[in-house]
Amino acid sequence: MAPQYKSIETKHHEERESLFRDLQRLGRLSRRGFMRVAGAAAGIVAAKGLVTPHGFQLVELAQAQGAGRAPFTFAYISDTHMYTRNVNDRFVRSALKAVDDVNALDPQPDFVIFGGDLAQTGRRDELEQGAQILKTLKAPVHVQVGEHDWFLDMGEAWRSLFGSPNYSFDHKGVHFVTIMSVEEPDFWTARGMTAEERMATVAGLDNSLQGRFEVGAEGREWLRNDLARVDSRTPIVVFSHSPLYKYYRAWNFWTEDADKVHALLGRFEYVTVIHGHTHQMLLNRIGNIDFYGMLSTAWPWPYAPTGLPKISVQMNRADPFNAFDACGDGQFDMLTSGAIDKLYNLWNRDPVTVRASYLASKSAKDRPLATTLPSY
Amino acid sequence: MRTLAPLALALCIGSTGAALAQDALPHHNLPASPDGNLVVGLCDGETSIEVPGVKPGEPMTREQAQRVADALMSEWRRKHPGVEWVAAPANHSTTPPEMQLADAARSTSGTNASRPASVTAAAEQDQAQTYGAFTARDRKIWNDSTEKLVAEGKRIFHDAKALGSNDAISCDMCHPDAANTHPETYPKYQVQLGRVVLLRDMINWCIENPVRGKPIADDDARLKALEAYIIAQRKGVALDYGKH
Repeated sequence: MAPQYKSIETKHHEERESLFRDLQRLGRLSRRGFMRVAGAAAGIVAAKGLVTPHGFQLVELAQAQGAGRAPFTFAYISDTHMYTRNVNDRFVRSALKAVDDVNALDPQPDFVIFGGDLAQTGRRDELEQGAQILKTLKAPVHVQVGEHDWFLDMGEAWRSLFGSPNYSFDHKGVHFVTIMSVEEPDFWTARGMTAEERMATVAGLDNSLQGRFEVGAEGREWLRNDLARVDSRTPIVVFSHSPLYKYYRAWNFWTEDADKVHALLGRFEYVTVIHGHTHQMLLNRIGNIDFYGMLSTAWPWPYAPTGLPKISVQMNRADPFNAFDACGDGQFDMLTSGAIDKLYNLWNRDPVTVRASYLASKSAKDRPLATTLPSY
Repeated sequence: MRTLAPLALALCIGSTGAALAQDALPHHNLPASPDGNLVVGLCDGETSIEVPGVKPGEPMTREQAQRVADALMSEWRRKHPGVEWVAAPANHSTTPPEMQLADAARSTSGTNASRPASVTAAAEQDQAQTYGAFTARDRKIWNDSTEKLVAEGKRIFHDAKALGSNDAISCDMCHPDAANTHPETYPKYQVQLGRVVLLRDMINWCIENPVRGKPIADDDARLKALEAYIIAQRKGVALDYGKH
């Protein structure tokens, strides 16, 4: 019989499916039987050296059986940067690959978050094409906005497709907030820029003509009002496009009024910020807030020369000879504790799980595997 | 003809600005030998001598060649009486020559302690006369020319059209500020290509693949500009060729 080869993704999904199958059997098992399943499954994953010994959060999920809040999973796709297909088909194919990944999850995630930068140059036809692709996701989608979606027509086309960029929803006892974090002070009027020039300036990561990203006074006021009715013991998850902290100013890996936003989130026990824009495995913890950066499907960004959060674990540097390398999508597991574990589903590589306990312990516990190829 | 003259002048002015990289290099026009012998020029761009009995294209022995070199040198000395040809000082400094002179006059200790101050001063004075007779203004012009090439490279790096892209992708989309291009690590063995490559090989790989353009020829002004920009972003980083 010919040897069978399976891709990383196939193996990963098979393992994941088998774990969830075991999990579904738990209801029929005694506590002792459950411990055996959980232990064996965690052991297999740990032995493969792919993820931290606690991969797939079986224990945490099990604890949820008796708790008030149910655990759940949501998936993400981010930073697809799609031109129309006739201009560039590669980014469209990458986005479709991510949709296939998420649609193949069994069980399906409760919902999918799209992390912004659906389009590359903000044109209506790019955004409409992107909206059509997102519609092929089986699970409900919550879309957030990125600067590439916005600065051609200041959000007109995006709003007509997706509504307000600031909105919130509650799901299984968790309060989710999606906030527009890529406002910029007006740099274009005084320079007499056309809409296209404004868009091209913002689209250039290293273009220093533009301003720094911010939520802005209006956005912060909206956030303050939205959070006013939420109990401080309710876990909060904030979706933003830019990282809601100050990582590297020159590339707008940055939110100018981050400190003011943190102040609004300060009274909550569990806050997780999930952001796009940085196209890399990126972790941070500031005060009570965990931060996870999402992968892009289009291309990876290099790590910035300075400012990388100390607890961040770098992914291996990208292989320029593989268009999908260091890109990907991923999942979040909402734990009953109110914290979130994250799976970085890196295409062309082993997936990496980052445990909330790694962030909470300030990198003392559950460190993800280190890279063998750090940045230059 | 009278109407053509202003046009020609305008063309001249126009081309000096644009022809940053295309200007012809200075060329030493050697006088022809009446006997069809080989003529060899000195690096001053002016002096030359004829080599009797050797025709152009014929090989010379090492001894013959040494005689030619010695003859050129003595011809240069004859033209420059009283000027001493001195080897560059071992502890060459980047200090501008006009400052070196002042420094050398003061310096009787420190880095120059191993050599008598008079010798140091003489050497640097003569070096300044031979190679280094340039001013702060010269340096500014050179620096501006260099930055102009770097700026042109930056423009191309960020411009899909200038790169000949067929999918609207430009270099900066993966390499903001030319990050992660690490020019200091070339030449190196590029595993994916199975050979030792230079930075320009990787530039062309990216132009052909993610950018989907045609590779740029080695002498293309765009390639020189791209290299200039990429290298300029790593100023101060130690050269470490072969690094992975």
